[in-house]
Amino acid sequence: MPVTIHIPTPMRQHADGQASVQVAGSNVQSALAALGDKHPALTQRIFENGQVRRFVNIYLNNEDIRYLDNLATPVKDGDELAIIPAVAGG
Amino acid sequence: MSSPFVRGLKCRLCGQAYPISATNFCTEDFGPLEVEYDYDALADSLDRAKIELRPFNMWRYQEFLPLDGEPTVGRQVGGTPLVKAHRLAHELGVEQLWIKNDAVNFPTLSFKDRVVAVALSKARELGLTTVGCASTGNLANSVAANAAAAGLESYILVPSDLERSKILGTSVFGAKVIGIKGTYDEVNRLCTQIAFKYGWGFVNINLRPFYAEGSKTFGFEMAEQLGWRTPGHVVCPMAGGSLIGKIHKAFNELHRTGMIDKPSCKFYGAQPTGCNPISAAVKNGWEAHRPVRKPNTIAKSLAIGDPADGYFATKVIRETGGWAEDVSDAEIAEAMALLGRTEGIFAETAGGVTVAVARKLIEQGRLPRDEEIVLCITGNGLKTQDAVADCLEEPAVIAPSLDEFSGLLAEESSAVLV
Repeated sequence: MPVTIHIPTPMRQHADGQASVQVAGSNVQSALAALGDKHPALTQRIFENGQVRRFVNIYLNNEDIRYLDNLATPVKDGDELAIIPAVAGG
Repeated sequence: MSSPFVRGLKCRLCGQAYPISATNFCTEDFGPLEVEYDYDALADSLDRAKIELRPFNMWRYQEFLPLDGEPTVGRQVGGTPLVKAHRLAHELGVEQLWIKNDAVNFPTLSFKDRVVAVALSKARELGLTTVGCASTGNLANSVAANAAAAGLESYILVPSDLERSKILGTSVFGAKVIGIKGTYDEVNRLCTQIAFKYGWGFVNINLRPFYAEGSKTFGFEMAEQLGWRTPGHVVCPMAGGSLIGKIHKAFNELHRTGMIDKPSCKFYGAQPTGCNPISAAVKNGWEAHRPVRKPNTIAKSLAIGDPADGYFATKVIRETGGWAEDVSDAEIAEAMALLGRTEGIFAETAGGVTVAVARKLIEQGRLPRDEEIVLCITGNGLKTQDAVADCLEEPAVIAPSLDEFSGLLAEESSAVLV
Protein backbone atom coordinates (compact mmCIF):
# COMPACT_ATOMS: atom_id res chain seq x y z
CA MET A 1 0.00 0.00 0.00
CA PRO A 2 1.59 3.29 -1.00
CA VAL A 3 1.45 6.67 0.75
CA THR A 4 -1.88 8.55 0.67
CA ILE A 5 -1.85 12.33 0.28
CA HIS A 6 -5.03 14.15 1.31
CA ILE A 7 -5.86 17.29 -0.68
CA PRO A 8 -7.74 20.20 0.93
CA THR A 9 -11.15 20.72 -0.69
CA PRO A 10 -10.52 24.00 -2.56
CA MET A 11 -7.31 22.56 -4.06
CA ARG A 12 -8.94 19.45 -5.51
CA GLN A 13 -9.51 21.26 -8.79
CA HIS A 14 -5.74 20.92 -9.29
CA ALA A 15 -5.81 17.17 -8.61
CA ASP A 16 -8.48 16.24 -11.15
CA GLY A 17 -11.09 16.62 -8.42
CA GLN A 18 -9.64 13.90 -6.22
CA ALA A 19 -9.78 14.11 -2.43
CA SER A 20 -6.67 11.99 -2.06
CA VAL A 21 -3.85 10.71 -4.24
CA GLN A 22 -1.70 7.61 -3.75
CA VAL A 23 2.03 7.90 -4.41
CA ALA A 24 5.23 6.02 -3.79
CA GLY A 25 8.08 7.70 -1.93
CA SER A 26 10.76 7.14 0.69
CA ASN A 27 10.39 10.51 2.37
CA VAL A 28 8.03 13.48 2.38
CA GLN A 29 10.06 15.25 -0.30
CA SER A 30 9.92 12.34 -2.75
CA ALA A 31 6.26 11.63 -1.99
CA LEU A 32 5.38 15.24 -2.82
CA ALA A 33 7.60 15.12 -5.92
CA ALA A 34 5.64 12.07 -7.05
CA LEU A 35 2.45 14.07 -6.44
CA GLY A 36 3.92 16.83 -8.58
CA ASP A 37 4.59 14.42 -11.44
CA LYS A 38 0.86 13.65 -11.60
CA HIS A 39 -0.46 17.09 -10.65
CA PRO A 40 2.15 19.82 -11.23
CA ALA A 41 -0.46 22.59 -10.76
CA LEU A 42 -0.90 21.38 -7.19
CA THR A 43 2.74 21.17 -6.10
CA GLN A 44 3.43 24.50 -7.77
CA ARG A 45 1.02 25.94 -5.22
CA ILE A 46 2.58 24.10 -2.30
CA PHE A 47 6.20 24.97 -3.06
CA GLU A 48 8.01 28.18 -3.87
CA ASN A 49 11.71 28.06 -4.75
CA GLY A 50 11.92 24.51 -3.48
CA GLN A 51 10.57 25.41 -0.03
CA VAL A 52 7.12 24.68 1.36
CA ARG A 53 5.22 27.97 1.25
CA ARG A 54 4.76 29.96 4.44
CA PHE A 55 1.07 29.25 4.96
CA VAL A 56 1.09 25.54 4.10
CA ASN A 57 1.40 22.93 6.80
CA ILE A 58 2.19 19.31 6.02
CA TYR A 59 1.26 16.55 8.45
CA LEU A 60 2.51 12.99 8.46
CA ASN A 61 -0.01 10.81 10.30
CA ASN A 62 -1.28 13.93 12.07
CA GLU A 63 2.20 15.16 13.10
CA ASP A 64 3.45 18.48 11.74
CA ILE A 65 6.58 17.61 9.72
CA ARG A 66 8.36 20.68 11.09
CA TYR A 67 8.49 18.82 14.40
CA LEU A 68 9.84 15.72 12.68
CA ASP A 69 12.48 16.06 9.98
CA ASN A 70 10.73 18.42 7.59
CA LEU A 71 10.87 17.26 3.98
CA ALA A 72 13.50 14.64 4.87
CA THR A 73 11.07 12.84 7.17
CA PRO A 74 10.93 9.21 6.04
CA VAL A 75 7.57 7.79 4.97
CA LYS A 76 6.46 4.21 4.53
CA ASP A 77 3.57 2.40 2.89
CA GLY A 78 0.28 3.08 4.61
CA ASP A 79 1.37 6.53 5.86
CA GLU A 80 -0.95 9.49 5.36
CA LEU A 81 0.16 12.96 4.42
CA ALA A 82 -2.22 15.89 4.82
CA ILE A 83 -1.76 19.30 3.21
CA ILE A 84 -3.49 21.89 5.35
CA PRO A 85 -3.57 25.71 5.13
CA ALA A 86 -2.00 27.31 8.22
CA VAL A 87 -4.66 29.14 10.19
CA ALA A 88 -3.99 28.67 13.91
CA GLY A 89 -5.47 31.51 15.83
CA GLY A 90 -8.59 32.36 17.73
CA MET B 1 -27.97 43.12 -1.96
CA SER B 2 -24.36 43.27 -0.91
CA SER B 3 -22.53 45.94 1.02
CA PRO B 4 -21.57 48.86 -1.23
CA PHE B 5 -18.31 49.13 0.69
CA VAL B 6 -17.05 45.56 0.34
CA ARG B 7 -15.25 44.68 -2.88
CA GLY B 8 -14.65 41.02 -2.09
CA LEU B 9 -11.86 38.91 -0.62
CA LYS B 10 -8.21 39.33 -1.49
CA CYS B 11 -5.08 37.26 -0.84
CA ARG B 12 -2.74 38.99 1.60
CA LEU B 13 0.27 37.54 -0.21
CA CYS B 14 -0.39 37.73 -3.96
CA GLY B 15 -3.43 40.00 -4.15
CA GLN B 16 -5.60 37.46 -6.03
CA ALA B 17 -9.27 38.49 -5.75
CA TYR B 18 -12.07 36.15 -4.68
CA PRO B 19 -15.83 36.57 -4.33
CA ILE B 20 -17.38 36.57 -0.85
CA SER B 21 -17.86 33.02 0.49
CA ALA B 22 -16.90 30.88 3.49
CA THR B 23 -13.30 30.52 2.42
CA ASN B 24 -10.10 31.71 4.05
CA PHE B 25 -7.16 30.83 1.85
CA CYS B 26 -5.87 31.58 -1.63
CA THR B 27 -5.77 28.64 -4.03
CA GLU B 28 -2.71 30.10 -5.76
CA ASP B 29 -0.37 30.13 -2.77
CA PHE B 30 -2.38 29.23 0.36
CA GLY B 31 -2.12 32.84 1.49
CA PRO B 32 -4.75 34.06 3.97
CA LEU B 33 -7.66 36.02 2.51
CA GLU B 34 -8.75 39.41 3.79
CA VAL B 35 -11.88 41.47 3.13
CA GLU B 36 -11.26 44.28 0.68
CA TYR B 37 -13.13 47.58 1.00
CA ASP B 38 -13.88 50.53 -1.24
CA TYR B 39 -12.43 53.23 1.00
CA ASP B 40 -13.45 56.07 -1.32
CA ALA B 41 -17.10 55.01 -1.06
CA LEU B 42 -16.67 54.66 2.70
CA ALA B 43 -15.16 58.13 2.97
CA ASP B 44 -18.07 59.59 1.00
CA SER B 45 -20.65 57.84 3.12
CA LEU B 46 -19.35 58.14 6.66
CA ASP B 47 -17.90 60.79 8.93
CA ARG B 48 -17.31 61.41 12.63
CA ALA B 49 -20.55 63.31 13.14
CA LYS B 50 -22.59 60.47 11.70
CA ILE B 51 -20.78 57.90 13.86
CA GLU B 52 -21.25 60.01 16.99
CA LEU B 53 -25.04 59.87 16.64
CA ARG B 54 -25.09 56.08 16.90
CA PRO B 55 -25.36 53.96 20.07
CA PHE B 56 -21.98 53.24 21.60
CA ASN B 57 -21.32 49.63 20.62
CA MET B 58 -19.18 47.93 17.96
CA TRP B 59 -21.74 48.48 15.18
CA ARG B 60 -21.11 52.18 15.38
CA TYR B 61 -18.50 51.47 12.71
CA GLN B 62 -20.72 49.14 10.72
CA GLU B 63 -19.64 50.30 7.26
CA PHE B 64 -16.11 49.10 8.03
CA LEU B 65 -17.41 45.58 8.68
CA PRO B 66 -18.14 42.95 6.01
CA LEU B 67 -21.89 42.46 6.40
CA ASP B 68 -24.39 43.07 3.64
CA GLY B 69 -27.24 43.94 5.97
CA GLU B 70 -27.88 44.70 9.61
CA PRO B 71 -26.09 42.46 12.12
CA THR B 72 -28.29 39.64 13.40
CA VAL B 73 -25.92 38.40 16.10
CA GLY B 74 -24.26 40.39 18.89
CA ARG B 75 -26.08 43.67 18.43
CA GLN B 76 -24.94 44.96 21.83
CA VAL B 77 -21.30 43.98 21.71
CA GLY B 78 -18.51 46.46 22.34
CA GLY B 79 -18.56 50.02 23.58
CA THR B 80 -16.26 49.02 26.43
CA PRO B 81 -14.55 51.52 28.74
CA LEU B 82 -11.26 53.24 28.04
CA VAL B 83 -9.97 53.79 31.58
CA LYS B 84 -7.39 56.41 32.56
CA ALA B 85 -5.16 54.33 34.83
CA HIS B 86 -3.58 56.86 37.20
CA ARG B 87 -2.67 54.44 39.98
CA LEU B 88 -1.15 51.80 37.69
CA ALA B 89 0.70 54.58 35.85
CA HIS B 90 2.16 55.70 39.17
CA GLU B 91 3.24 52.13 40.03
CA LEU B 92 4.88 51.67 36.63
CA GLY B 93 6.49 55.10 36.69
CA VAL B 94 4.78 56.52 33.61
CA GLU B 95 2.80 59.70 33.10
CA GLN B 96 -0.15 58.69 30.95
CA LEU B 97 -1.61 55.22 30.87
CA TRP B 98 -4.96 54.04 29.52
CA ILE B 99 -6.60 50.66 29.65
CA LYS B 100 -9.00 49.55 26.93
CA ASN B 101 -11.07 47.19 29.00
CA ASP B 102 -12.69 44.32 27.10
CA ALA B 103 -12.75 42.27 30.32
CA VAL B 104 -16.26 43.65 30.58
CA ASN B 105 -17.32 43.13 26.98
CA PHE B 106 -20.76 41.68 26.45
CA PRO B 107 -21.97 38.93 26.47
CA THR B 108 -18.99 36.74 27.42
CA LEU B 109 -16.45 39.10 28.96
CA SER B 110 -13.75 39.06 26.29
CA PHE B 111 -12.91 40.83 23.06
CA LYS B 112 -13.93 37.67 21.20
CA ASP B 113 -17.55 38.78 21.25
CA ARG B 114 -16.53 41.36 18.62
CA VAL B 115 -15.16 38.86 16.13
CA VAL B 116 -17.92 36.34 16.79
CA ALA B 117 -20.67 38.90 16.26
CA VAL B 118 -19.32 39.51 12.77
CA ALA B 119 -18.60 35.85 11.97
CA LEU B 120 -22.01 34.57 13.05
CA SER B 121 -23.91 37.43 11.42
CA LYS B 122 -22.00 36.56 8.25
CA ALA B 123 -22.65 32.82 8.71
CA ARG B 124 -26.36 33.65 8.72
CA GLU B 125 -25.96 35.76 5.55
CA LEU B 126 -24.20 32.82 3.90
CA GLY B 127 -27.04 30.47 4.89
CA LEU B 128 -25.04 28.34 7.35
CA THR B 129 -26.88 26.74 10.26
CA THR B 130 -24.04 24.96 12.05
CA VAL B 131 -21.04 26.88 13.32
CA GLY B 132 -17.98 25.99 15.31
CA CYS B 133 -14.55 26.99 16.47
CA ALA B 134 -11.20 25.79 17.72
CA SER B 135 -10.52 27.64 20.96
CA THR B 136 -8.21 28.28 23.88
CA GLY B 137 -11.23 29.40 25.85
CA ASN B 138 -12.58 32.89 25.23
CA LEU B 139 -13.66 32.12 21.69
CA ALA B 140 -15.42 28.98 22.90
CA ASN B 141 -17.45 30.98 25.44
CA SER B 142 -18.32 33.57 22.83
CA VAL B 143 -19.31 31.26 19.98
CA ALA B 144 -21.40 29.11 22.31
CA ALA B 145 -23.27 32.07 23.82
CA ASN B 146 -23.84 33.97 20.62
CA ALA B 147 -24.82 30.83 18.69
CA ALA B 148 -27.34 29.97 21.41
CA ALA B 149 -28.90 33.43 21.22
CA ALA B 150 -29.00 33.16 17.42
CA GLY B 151 -30.46 29.66 17.34
CA LEU B 152 -27.43 28.22 15.57
CA GLU B 153 -26.06 24.76 16.33
CA SER B 154 -22.44 24.93 17.52
CA TYR B 155 -19.50 22.55 17.84
CA ILE B 156 -16.72 23.82 20.06
CA LEU B 157 -13.37 22.04 20.05
CA VAL B 158 -10.88 22.81 22.82
CA PRO B 159 -7.69 21.28 24.23
CA SER B 160 -8.93 18.83 26.87
CA ASP B 161 -6.74 20.41 29.59
CA LEU B 162 -8.44 23.80 29.35
CA GLU B 163 -9.39 25.57 32.59
CA ARG B 164 -12.59 24.08 33.98
CA SER B 165 -14.28 27.46 34.24
CA LYS B 166 -13.81 28.03 30.54
CA ILE B 167 -15.30 24.64 29.69
CA LEU B 168 -18.29 25.18 32.00
CA GLY B 169 -18.63 28.70 30.64
CA THR B 170 -19.10 27.14 27.20
CA SER B 171 -21.24 24.08 27.97
CA VAL B 172 -23.77 26.18 29.85
CA PHE B 173 -24.89 27.64 26.52
CA GLY B 174 -25.87 24.24 25.16
CA ALA B 175 -22.99 23.97 22.70
CA LYS B 176 -21.53 20.59 21.78
CA VAL B 177 -18.11 20.80 23.44
CA ILE B 178 -15.39 18.33 22.50
CA GLY B 179 -12.06 18.08 24.33
CA ILE B 180 -9.11 17.14 22.13
CA LYS B 181 -6.13 15.37 23.63
CA GLY B 182 -3.54 17.68 22.18
CA THR B 183 -2.30 21.24 21.84
CA TYR B 184 -4.42 24.09 20.54
CA ASP B 185 -2.53 23.88 17.25
CA GLU B 186 -3.66 20.28 16.87
CA VAL B 187 -7.25 21.28 17.65
CA ASN B 188 -7.01 23.91 14.97
CA ARG B 189 -5.64 21.51 12.39
CA LEU B 190 -8.48 19.10 13.14
CA CYS B 191 -11.10 21.85 12.82
CA THR B 192 -9.68 22.79 9.42
CA GLN B 193 -10.21 19.21 8.33
CA ILE B 194 -13.72 19.15 9.82
CA ALA B 195 -14.63 22.42 8.11
CA PHE B 196 -13.55 20.99 4.77
CA LYS B 197 -15.44 17.76 5.33
CA TYR B 198 -18.74 19.02 6.78
CA GLY B 199 -18.97 22.56 5.44
CA TRP B 200 -19.80 24.08 8.83
CA GLY B 201 -18.96 27.70 9.56
CA PHE B 202 -15.83 27.60 11.74
CA VAL B 203 -15.54 31.20 12.80
CA ASN B 204 -11.74 31.25 13.04
CA ILE B 205 -11.12 28.98 10.06
CA ASN B 206 -13.32 29.17 6.97
CA LEU B 207 -15.07 32.32 8.23
CA ARG B 208 -11.77 33.83 9.36
CA PRO B 209 -11.63 36.77 6.92
CA PHE B 210 -14.98 38.06 8.25
CA TYR B 211 -14.25 37.12 11.84
CA ALA B 212 -10.94 38.98 11.88
CA GLU B 213 -12.54 42.26 10.86
CA GLY B 214 -14.47 42.43 14.15
CA SER B 215 -11.20 43.13 16.00
CA LYS B 216 -10.89 46.48 14.24
CA THR B 217 -13.72 47.79 16.42
CA PHE B 218 -11.41 47.53 19.46
CA GLY B 219 -9.15 50.01 17.67
CA PHE B 220 -11.93 52.25 16.31
CA GLU B 221 -13.36 52.65 19.81
CA MET B 222 -9.93 53.34 21.29
CA ALA B 223 -9.31 56.15 18.79
CA GLU B 224 -12.75 57.65 19.22
CA GLN B 225 -12.58 57.46 23.01
CA LEU B 226 -9.25 59.28 22.97
CA GLY B 227 -11.00 62.08 21.09
CA TRP B 228 -10.55 60.89 17.51
CA ARG B 229 -6.82 60.43 17.69
CA THR B 230 -4.31 57.63 18.16
CA PRO B 231 -1.99 57.14 21.14
CA GLY B 232 1.79 57.03 20.86
CA HIS B 233 2.04 53.42 22.02
CA VAL B 234 -0.24 50.39 22.19
CA VAL B 235 0.68 47.18 24.05
CA CYS B 236 -1.31 44.17 22.88
CA PRO B 237 -1.27 40.48 23.87
CA MET B 238 -0.62 38.05 21.02
CA ALA B 239 -2.05 34.58 20.60
CA GLY B 240 -2.81 34.05 16.91
CA GLY B 241 -1.34 37.51 16.32
CA SER B 242 -4.43 38.94 14.66
CA LEU B 243 -5.64 41.60 17.12
CA ILE B 244 -2.52 43.76 17.07
CA GLY B 245 -2.66 43.96 13.28
CA LYS B 246 -6.34 44.78 13.24
CA ILE B 247 -5.94 47.69 15.68
CA HIS B 248 -3.22 49.00 13.36
CA LYS B 249 -5.57 48.49 10.40
CA ALA B 250 -8.41 50.29 12.19
CA PHE B 251 -6.22 53.34 12.81
CA ASN B 252 -5.16 53.36 9.15
CA GLU B 253 -8.74 53.01 7.95
CA LEU B 254 -9.87 55.99 10.04
CA HIS B 255 -7.09 58.00 8.46
CA ARG B 256 -7.79 56.68 4.97
CA THR B 257 -11.42 57.80 5.26
CA GLY B 258 -10.43 61.26 6.50
CA MET B 259 -11.51 60.90 10.12
CA ILE B 260 -8.18 61.21 11.91
CA ASP B 261 -4.68 62.46 11.23
CA LYS B 262 -2.01 60.07 10.03
CA PRO B 263 -1.35 57.66 12.91
CA SER B 264 2.18 57.46 14.32
CA CYS B 265 1.38 54.80 16.88
CA LYS B 266 4.00 52.19 17.82
CA PHE B 267 2.79 48.65 18.49
CA TYR B 268 4.24 46.34 21.12
CA GLY B 269 3.39 42.66 21.32
CA ALA B 270 3.11 40.76 24.59
CA GLN B 271 3.51 37.01 25.00
CA PRO B 272 4.21 34.49 27.74
CA THR B 273 7.78 33.12 27.74
CA GLY B 274 6.29 29.62 27.70
CA CYS B 275 4.82 30.30 24.26
CA ASN B 276 6.59 33.20 22.59
CA PRO B 277 6.97 32.52 18.87
CA ILE B 278 6.20 36.09 17.80
CA SER B 279 8.17 37.95 20.46
CA ALA B 280 11.14 35.67 19.75
CA ALA B 281 10.88 36.54 16.05
CA VAL B 282 10.83 40.26 16.84
CA LYS B 283 13.68 40.12 19.36
CA ASN B 284 15.86 37.97 17.08
CA GLY B 285 15.09 39.85 13.90
CA TRP B 286 13.58 36.82 12.14
CA GLU B 287 11.13 37.38 9.33
CA ALA B 288 9.25 34.19 10.08
CA HIS B 289 8.45 32.88 13.55
CA ARG B 290 9.63 29.45 14.68
CA PRO B 291 6.63 27.41 15.85
CA VAL B 292 6.57 26.25 19.47
CA ARG B 293 5.61 22.59 19.56
CA LYS B 294 4.44 22.29 23.17
CA PRO B 295 3.39 25.63 24.63
CA ASN B 296 3.81 25.66 28.40
CA THR B 297 2.27 28.61 30.22
CA ILE B 298 -0.55 29.50 32.59
CA ALA B 299 -1.64 31.96 29.94
CA LYS B 300 -3.53 29.27 28.09
CA SER B 301 -5.46 31.84 26.08
CA LEU B 302 -2.17 32.79 24.40
CA ALA B 303 -0.83 29.24 24.03
CA ILE B 304 -0.74 29.13 20.24
CA GLY B 305 2.53 27.67 19.06
CA ASP B 306 2.09 28.43 15.37
CA PRO B 307 0.18 31.70 15.11
CA ALA B 308 -1.53 32.24 11.77
CA ASP B 309 -0.88 35.98 11.90
CA GLY B 310 2.63 35.70 13.34
CA TYR B 311 4.19 36.98 10.13
CA PHE B 312 1.84 39.97 9.93
CA ALA B 313 2.13 40.81 13.64
CA THR B 314 5.93 40.82 13.41
CA LYS B 315 5.69 43.11 10.39
CA VAL B 316 3.37 45.62 12.11
CA ILE B 317 5.62 45.74 15.16
CA ARG B 318 8.73 46.30 13.07
CA GLU B 319 7.20 48.79 10.66
CA THR B 320 5.77 50.97 13.41
CA GLY B 321 9.02 50.97 15.37
CA GLY B 322 7.61 48.99 18.28
CA TRP B 323 8.96 45.90 20.03
CA ALA B 324 7.82 42.70 21.73
CA GLU B 325 8.61 40.97 24.98
CA ASP B 326 7.59 37.92 26.92
CA VAL B 327 7.22 37.24 30.63
CA SER B 328 7.25 34.31 33.05
CA ASP B 329 4.22 32.72 34.67
CA ALA B 330 5.17 34.30 38.01
CA GLU B 331 5.37 37.74 36.43
CA ILE B 332 1.99 37.16 34.78
CA ALA B 333 0.24 36.30 38.04
CA GLU B 334 1.84 39.19 39.88
CA ALA B 335 0.75 41.60 37.15
CA MET B 336 -2.84 40.35 37.33
CA ALA B 337 -2.81 41.18 41.04
CA LEU B 338 -1.16 44.55 40.38
CA LEU B 339 -3.84 45.54 37.88
CA GLY B 340 -6.52 44.42 40.31
CA ARG B 341 -5.27 46.41 43.28
CA THR B 342 -4.36 49.58 41.38
CA GLU B 343 -7.29 49.90 38.97
CA GLY B 344 -10.00 47.55 40.19
CA ILE B 345 -9.79 45.56 36.97
CA PHE B 346 -9.60 41.78 37.12
CA ALA B 347 -8.08 40.64 33.86
CA GLU B 348 -7.43 37.08 32.78
CA THR B 349 -3.89 35.79 32.31
CA ALA B 350 -3.51 37.55 28.92
CA GLY B 351 -4.10 40.81 30.76
CA GLY B 352 -1.37 39.89 33.22
CA VAL B 353 0.92 39.22 30.26
CA THR B 354 0.16 42.66 28.82
CA VAL B 355 0.74 44.55 32.07
CA ALA B 356 3.91 42.58 32.88
CA VAL B 357 5.32 43.11 29.39
CA ALA B 358 4.48 46.82 29.56
CA ARG B 359 6.43 47.01 32.82
CA LYS B 360 9.37 45.19 31.26
CA LEU B 361 9.38 47.46 28.19
CA ILE B 362 9.22 50.56 30.41
CA GLU B 363 12.16 49.32 32.49
CA GLN B 364 14.11 48.56 29.31
CA GLY B 365 13.50 52.13 28.16
CA ARG B 366 11.63 50.96 25.08
CA LEU B 367 8.31 52.40 26.21
CA PRO B 368 8.90 56.06 27.07
CA ARG B 369 7.73 57.21 30.50
CA ASP B 370 6.42 60.54 29.28
CA GLU B 371 4.23 59.49 26.34
CA GLU B 372 0.72 58.13 26.16
CA ILE B 373 0.45 54.34 26.41
CA VAL B 374 -2.66 52.19 25.96
CA LEU B 375 -2.79 48.64 27.33
CA CYS B 376 -5.18 46.16 25.68
CA ILE B 377 -7.07 44.06 28.20
CA THR B 378 -8.87 41.34 26.32
CA GLY B 379 -10.58 39.04 28.82
CA ASN B 380 -11.96 38.76 32.33
CA GLY B 381 -10.04 37.27 35.26
CA LEU B 382 -13.03 35.35 36.54
CA LYS B 383 -12.21 32.88 33.75
CA THR B 384 -8.67 32.23 35.05
CA GLN B 385 -8.93 32.69 38.80
CA ASP B 386 -6.58 29.86 39.68
CA ALA B 387 -3.72 31.62 37.95
CA VAL B 388 -3.67 34.46 40.44
CA ALA B 389 -4.52 32.49 43.58
CA ASP B 390 -0.92 32.07 44.78
CA CYS B 391 -0.29 35.82 44.63
CA LEU B 392 -3.12 36.67 46.95
CA GLU B 393 -3.26 36.52 50.72
CA GLU B 394 -5.78 34.19 52.23
CA PRO B 395 -8.31 36.10 54.31
CA ALA B 396 -7.78 36.10 58.08
CA VAL B 397 -10.41 34.04 59.85
CA ILE B 398 -11.64 35.17 63.27
CA ALA B 399 -14.55 34.56 65.61
CA PRO B 400 -17.49 36.99 65.46
CA SER B 401 -15.86 39.11 68.20
CA LEU B 402 -15.23 42.85 68.16
CA ASP B 403 -12.12 42.38 70.28
CA GLU B 404 -10.68 39.90 67.82
CA PHE B 405 -11.36 42.24 64.95
CA SER B 406 -9.76 45.19 66.73
CA GLY B 407 -6.79 42.98 67.54
CA LEU B 408 -6.49 42.14 63.86
CA LEU B 409 -6.49 45.82 62.90
CA ALA B 410 -3.90 46.61 65.54
CA GLU B 411 -1.67 43.83 64.20
CA GLU B 412 -2.02 45.23 60.73
CA SER B 413 -1.12 48.79 61.69
CA SER B 414 1.83 47.70 63.78
CA ALA B 415 3.00 45.58 60.86
CA VAL B 416 2.85 48.68 58.67
CA LEU B 417 4.80 50.74 61.23
CA VAL B 418 7.49 48.09 61.35
